[in-house]
Amino acid sequence: MSRLLKFGFLVFAALLVAACSSTPSDEGAPVDERTVTSNTGGADTSGANGGNVSGADVANKGGNELKDPGNILSRRGVFFAFDSYVVEDQYRALVEAHARYLVSHPGARMTLQGHTDERGTHEYNIALGQRRADAVKRMMLLLGANEAQIESVSFGKENPRNPGHDEAAWAENRRVDIIYAGE
Amino acid sequence: MKHFWKHRDFFRRAWWLSGVAIIAALLLMSSGARAQLTIEIIGGGSAAMPISVVPFAGEADFPLGISGVVSGDLTRSGRFRPIDGANIAPRPATAEEVNISLFRTRGADAVVVGGMRRLNDGRIEVRFALVDAVKQQTLANMVYTVTQQQFRATAHKIADVIYEKLTGEPGVFSTRIAYITQQGSQHQLQIADADGDNPQTIVSSKDPLISPRFSPDGSRIAYVSFENRKPVVYVQSLLDGKRQAVANFRGSNSAPAWSPDGKQLAVTLSRDGGSQLFLVSAAGGGEARRLMSSPGIDTEAAFMPDGQSLLFASDRGGTPQIYRLWIGDGRVERVTMEGAYNVSPQPLPGGKGMVFVRRDEGRMQIATMDFQTRQVLALTPGPMDESPAIAPNGRYVLYAGQSGGRNILAAVSIDGTIRQRIGALAQQVREPSWGPLL
Repeated sequence: MSRLLKFGFLVFAALLVAACSSTPSDEGAPVDERTVTSNTGGADTSGANGGNVSGADVANKGGNELKDPGNILSRRGVFFAFDSYVVEDQYRALVEAHARYLVSHPGARMTLQGHTDERGTHEYNIALGQRRADAVKRMMLLLGANEAQIESVSFGKENPRNPGHDEAAWAENRRVDIIYAGE
Repeated sequence: MKHFWKHRDFFRRAWWLSGVAIIAALLLMSSGARAQLTIEIIGGGSAAMPISVVPFAGEADFPLGISGVVSGDLTRSGRFRPIDGANIAPRPATAEEVNISLFRTRGADAVVVGGMRRLNDGRIEVRFALVDAVKQQTLANMVYTVTQQQFRATAHKIADVIYEKLTGEPGVFSTRIAYITQQGSQHQLQIADADGDNPQTIVSSKDPLISPRFSPDGSRIAYVSFENRKPVVYVQSLLDGKRQAVANFRGSNSAPAWSPDGKQLAVTLSRDGGSQLFLVSAAGGGEARRLMSSPGIDTEAAFMPDGQSLLFASDRGGTPQIYRLWIGDGRVERVTMEGAYNVSPQPLPGGKGMVFVRRDEGRMQIATMDFQTRQVLALTPGPMDESPAIAPNGRYVLYAGQSGGRNILAAVSIDGTIRQRIGALAQQVREPSWGPLL
């Protein structure tokens, strides 16, 4: 079976499981715009100035579909219930769309950043965030993406989307961010 | 454990009598002035030994009064209570000049006297004597020849000698601490004297920094930086500032823990899936050696003092609990039995017990466990206490907590009786590490 066929079959199966869930409605925040720091420039340890490089590769790798607000690919957050590492049905279409993008763009590379709420220690939460990122990665691999295309990492509780200390803030912070190389 | 207001002698004497209100007011007054740590003692100290540190002869000729730093160190340890000896006339400067009965009537059990004078070569001679007023014995009589830049370090050394002579345990006033500060999006790894003075920034980053850990000899520091948009473990020399990524594998690299010989680090890597424990060389390069395989999370390793085993946190049993791994034969034993969340183990010096973080009904607390009796003692009230760092003499635990919506550092005695809050001005402080005895 060709990879595309296999992919199509898996998508079909996944869609069945997801009961044709539509676009998630409670996924609030837009894509984070961030400056990418170079490998040597992020931290200043010796007085040397590290240069910031701004991402410019996106257009080469896929054009505007990743940024087009009307395209599901522009949505980059998968959110999780408390103490949960299961990708909920409402995010399946989103994960599938990104997996499909990876399959059709073999050169594309992505980082899945796992995050937790503030409850728990810094280091233990790194492991919990990793579990979330790994869950999304596993689903994408199942949908045909290549292992080499996806690096799953964790920020634990270090990069909250919402700095608040209540359940609403925590719900926004338990997430996996999807970030393409060059963004 | 903390820093004082150098130029406010009034407060230096009055602070321990005053309450939180004065301290808070002072913090407001001086906020923005310096990024140094400040402190207040919250409780305890009833068993403190009364000690009189007499102003040293000749110290008024120098910009920093050594006796004030010594007295501050001893008082903040919670084990000593200052008795004013400044107005005793004539003021004694040597052990022989101490009128013991006079100090006894003022309630002092011990007396510290000393003197300073400039030598012909420009250096300064500092001498001090420690007199046990109860046993009427001279316990220490020492002379240091130093430069003016070494005044503060000399004062901490004198305090260490006094602390050890009177308690039988080494003092930690000459040690250093490390911690992470955050101001806006600026994260810094700083190192300071144990009293919070002399803070130096050794890493500055727009991205988070966590888990600083002094090497056993204090010459290097390991930490986790997110500057590459993922956690990577670095080891940085404190001598020349050079650093090396010692764990920068695909996926997440975190939770560094030094082996007692300083040659290796246990780290948590996700490169082979999940979060698992590995050993890497502290010099960088080389392979990562996997310590074991488990289906769950293994992380937050900490070597036991003998280097033969390590403590770690794992959810292999369903909830996060602390386990012990014997590296030689791979044997694993569960350490914590009660509660649904026990993590961040740090073995006590000597290895007879540990300090850890437990979460109980949503409240995170610092606690100790005795390995023999399995008895658990909560040291702090929570609700968000974490990152315990044990003083090298095992008497105190520095940890990160929250107060008034800010991240602060605090210290608690190992028996939980004395707690000190250490706030930094106008910034968030967290993730402390305590350096070794030097």
